Amino acid sequence: MRDWRPSCGPDVLAARADMLATIRSFFAARDVMEVQTAALAAHGVTDTAIESIRTTDGGYLQTSPEYQMKRLLAAGAPSIYQIGPVFRAGEAGRWHNPEFTMIEWYRVGLDAEALMREVAELVDALLGPSDYDRRAYADLVGVPVESAPEDELDLRISEAIAQLSPARVFITEYPAPQAALARVEGGVAARFELVVDGLEVANGYHELRDAGELRRRMVRDNALRRAEGLGEIPLDEAFLEAHTHGLPDCAGVAVGFDRLVALKLGVDSLAEVLPFPAERA
Amino acid sequence: MATYATNEFRAGLKVLLEGDPCTILENEFVKPGKGRAFNRVRFRNLKTGRVWERTFKSGETIEAADVLELSMEYLYTDGEFWHFMKTDGSYEQVAASAAAVGETRPWLKEQELYGITLWAGDPISVTPPNFVELEVTETDPGLKGDTAAGATKPATLSTGATIRVPLFVNQGDVLRIDTRTGMYVGRVQG
Repeated sequence: MRDWRPSCGPDVLAARADMLATIRSFFAARDVMEVQTAALAAHGVTDTAIESIRTTDGGYLQTSPEYQMKRLLAAGAPSIYQIGPVFRAGEAGRWHNPEFTMIEWYRVGLDAEALMREVAELVDALLGPSDYDRRAYADLVGVPVESAPEDELDLRISEAIAQLSPARVFITEYPAPQAALARVEGGVAARFELVVDGLEVANGYHELRDAGELRRRMVRDNALRRAEGLGEIPLDEAFLEAHTHGLPDCAGVAVGFDRLVALKLGVDSLAEVLPFPAERA
Repeated sequence: MATYATNEFRAGLKVLLEGDPCTILENEFVKPGKGRAFNRVRFRNLKTGRVWERTFKSGETIEAADVLELSMEYLYTDGEFWHFMKTDGSYEQVAASAAAVGETRPWLKEQELYGITLWAGDPISVTPPNFVELEVTETDPGLKGDTAAGATKPATLSTGATIRVPLFVNQGDVLRIDTRTGMYVGRVQG
């Protein structure tokens, strides 16, 4: 039988609560509005490396609030943030839990550079100030990005991330095929990640606005899914329609809250900062 | 042959890696946020004891090894093989080679129980209990009352092993030995 007790103590709960309060005051001071979107929705992501958890009635637990937050932006919302649960099938391990807490925010009028500065300010507010370094994706993988197979790149970047020093490093200039929903400028994706002590904690984009290009990428994702024997995901037409209507020029980023708590407390796994990790939930 | 997929990997699983039976020590799920998942796995080769690290793509499979861990009674050696018997009432015997017995050799005592790892029915390793009790067959005469801290002398045990013992130990004494360190623990009251 599963243990009824939470796997973390009251000190960890207090640290989580303090950090949530810090995040909320951080955004309040910057006039970024808190929103809540649906965790259960009619569509999932097409991204080939992310699997949604389906509900028995055909719904998708959201792997990130991105689609709906962008629909809010297209409908005229100002800069917004959200702190909430996201779900990913099959992700379980020392630094993964199938459900985790994401801090996601969108800044209207900012680009990736400006958003990186803000991410660093939030991380400084939560973990204490430190220096930030920058490394280009191509320098980290150490093989020609254009010719190496994607799974080799994924393995090499994972290994490089685990070894990264100094403690806080932004990875920039992602290869265009890994743009996800970032715009591509000068042949590279306007995408960044932040690695803290060898852990990926943030993934951000200067957001793609072109509805035609967005559809092409989602169709391409599904072609790759088919080739890899993964299920195709029906395109979220409401999400696409929002882009046809018009997404404002904005940059957005997702930050793994639980990993930040683990880094703050200096513990060695996600399970130590979750009251009910998957095996106890 | 049965196989295991990466999502079934867990510590203690017995698998075949490059033809050798191994046990999984540690399985770490590694995944870049927007990239494919991997399992970084540490194995112990059950034949050599060496630790190997390998990375698998999530979804890859690995063959299960027909490995069984049993508690068996040591019977005797014929000089080439060491013979053990099952304790399940079957009286079934297996013969372990010098390579399988390895460093357990000085701690083999008749009628004692040992952990035997069988691969496809053949013993590949023999693990002693943490403590064994063995008789001293040869040592210098004991000095009664000599408990000088730290002073030791060599003693030969019934298995042929030589260990350091306190000066008061006599020939014929039965000693308790920690097999993990090969150190004298104490005298067993006769």
